[in-house]
Amino acid sequence: MTLASIAAVTTTLLLVATFLTIIMNINHIANSIEEDVEIKVLVDVTATEEETEQLGDELNQLEHVESIVFSSRDEELQNLMTSMGDQGSFWEMFEQDNPLNDVYVVKAQNPQDTEMIAQEIEGFNRVERVNYGQDIIQSLFTFNNFARNIGLVLIIALVFTAIFLISNTIKITIYARRKEIEIMKLVGATNWFIRWPFFVEGLLLGVLGSIIPIAILFSGYYYLNHSAGLDQFDFIQILPYHPFVWQLSGIVLLIGASIGIWGSVMSVRKFLKV
Amino acid sequence: MIEMQDVQKTYPNGVSALNGVSITIEDGEFVYLVGQSGAGKSTFIKLIFREEVATSGKIEVNGKDLLNMKWREVPLLRRDIGVVYQDFKLLPKLSVYENVAFALEVVEESPRHIRKRVMEVLDQVGLKNKARFIPDELSGGEQQRVAIARAIANYPKLLIADEPTGNLDPDTSWGIMKILEEINASGTTIIMATHSKDIVNTIKRRVIAIEGGLIVRDQHRGEYGYEA
Ligand SMILES: Nc1ncnc2c1ncn2[C@@H]1O[C@H](COP(=O)(O)OP(=O)(O)OP(=O)(O)O)[C@@H](O)[C@H]1O
Ligand SMILES: [Mg+2]
Repeated sequence: MTLASIAAVTTTLLLVATFLTIIMNINHIANSIEEDVEIKVLVDVTATEEETEQLGDELNQLEHVESIVFSSRDEELQNLMTSMGDQGSFWEMFEQDNPLNDVYVVKAQNPQDTEMIAQEIEGFNRVERVNYGQDIIQSLFTFNNFARNIGLVLIIALVFTAIFLISNTIKITIYARRKEIEIMKLVGATNWFIRWPFFVEGLLLGVLGSIIPIAILFSGYYYLNHSAGLDQFDFIQILPYHPFVWQLSGIVLLIGASIGIWGSVMSVRKFLKV
Repeated sequence: MIEMQDVQKTYPNGVSALNGVSITIEDGEFVYLVGQSGAGKSTFIKLIFREEVATSGKIEVNGKDLLNMKWREVPLLRRDIGVVYQDFKLLPKLSVYENVAFALEVVEESPRHIRKRVMEVLDQVGLKNKARFIPDELSGGEQQRVAIARAIANYPKLLIADEPTGNLDPDTSWGIMKILEEINASGTTIIMATHSKDIVNTIKRRVIAIEGGLIVRDQHRGEYGYEA
């Protein structure tokens, strides 16, 4: 019974750690992509200089905008050529007759507002097109919400199973000591005096149950971080080993301890009403 | 010491055990509680140390209002009251010494005080030489004396005994009564429920008779009043 409840805590915490690792990392990745998301406002090629400036003024009036940077068609071409490296010379022939647009690069204060702001800009005069990476972000957030909901349901179910098992384990101990507890109460023991050994037992069960998950977290995340080759894609940056493993271990230990304490407190409660 | 006004107790199953009891018991008194089986004596006793809570009325013990008492104040009330049960309520796996020490550990006395005090009360009930025995190795009278030692270990102002001589032969009963009288002589108030006509009629004290959950008689130096 004792072993079963430790195993229940271990299983629960393993799942908690796995889900949190996934969710926190996807969140981190989504956020870092999102941080870089800009709205590219392509100014109509037929727009006059005045009209372009006027559009700039209108953009400046927008709320929730962090920055607006103007980049002329010549600068755009230059950027393009640099970013293409060797093949950039291909674009040199366009230097005389630049097909690119003048561009305003708009950044939202809050990445979540990007879409809203982009849609508003689409309605402005002399705007040819508005580009932003809505698709990737949207799907990342959708996936993350989905994963989070499933994870939460599973974790809550497991937490309650573990609490139930622990409280049953402790109930057996209490049952054996029922008479002792009754007499303790009758000679004037406080509830805490009676409760604390069970409290400690629950805490111990919880902490013992978190040893294996924490060990697996430390080694597993080390592997993920160093040998899985994820570091080769620099667009996917998972959370750095330190302090992530320490933080997550702390959370795992805290949840383990809470499960244990909750289980024990629940099982003692009804024996104290004497 | 104890003040009850129109106290009623109805158990959750609907049985009405006390139907309006009013009484005052002063410091240092020795009170017998008599009455037929089922009259409500044990209920009366349990209300005093709040093993049960009265349904209505007013109970004051040592100046504490028992009906409007919070759960966490109950331990403090009980530390001033020693209780002796008919079935002793000793822990079978603990020695005589440990059974008595237990009551002092629970109230978090220092180990040194506990050692001294346990031997003192065991001496008082004449069991100093059996401190290492476990309850099963003792006679009924000896077990009852352990229960008394435990009840008085914490210097209670009030000692309650529910039929302390119920299962004992006459000689042993007189021994127990002698101990209770000594405890009373030292200033402790004693309330004792009993069915023993001999004891009540010999050691004359205040007698409170309960019938059907009501006090029907309250006499100083009273008689038992029922056929044994
Ligand atoms: N815990 C309880 N739940 C329900 N009814 C109870 C409970 N305890 C006692 N009673 C009922 O209350 C009434 C009084 O019982 P109580 O134990 O006070 O009597 P008593 O005078 O001590 O009797 P005895 O001399 O046999 O010990 C009885 O009818 C009994 O059945
Ligand atoms: Mg009784």
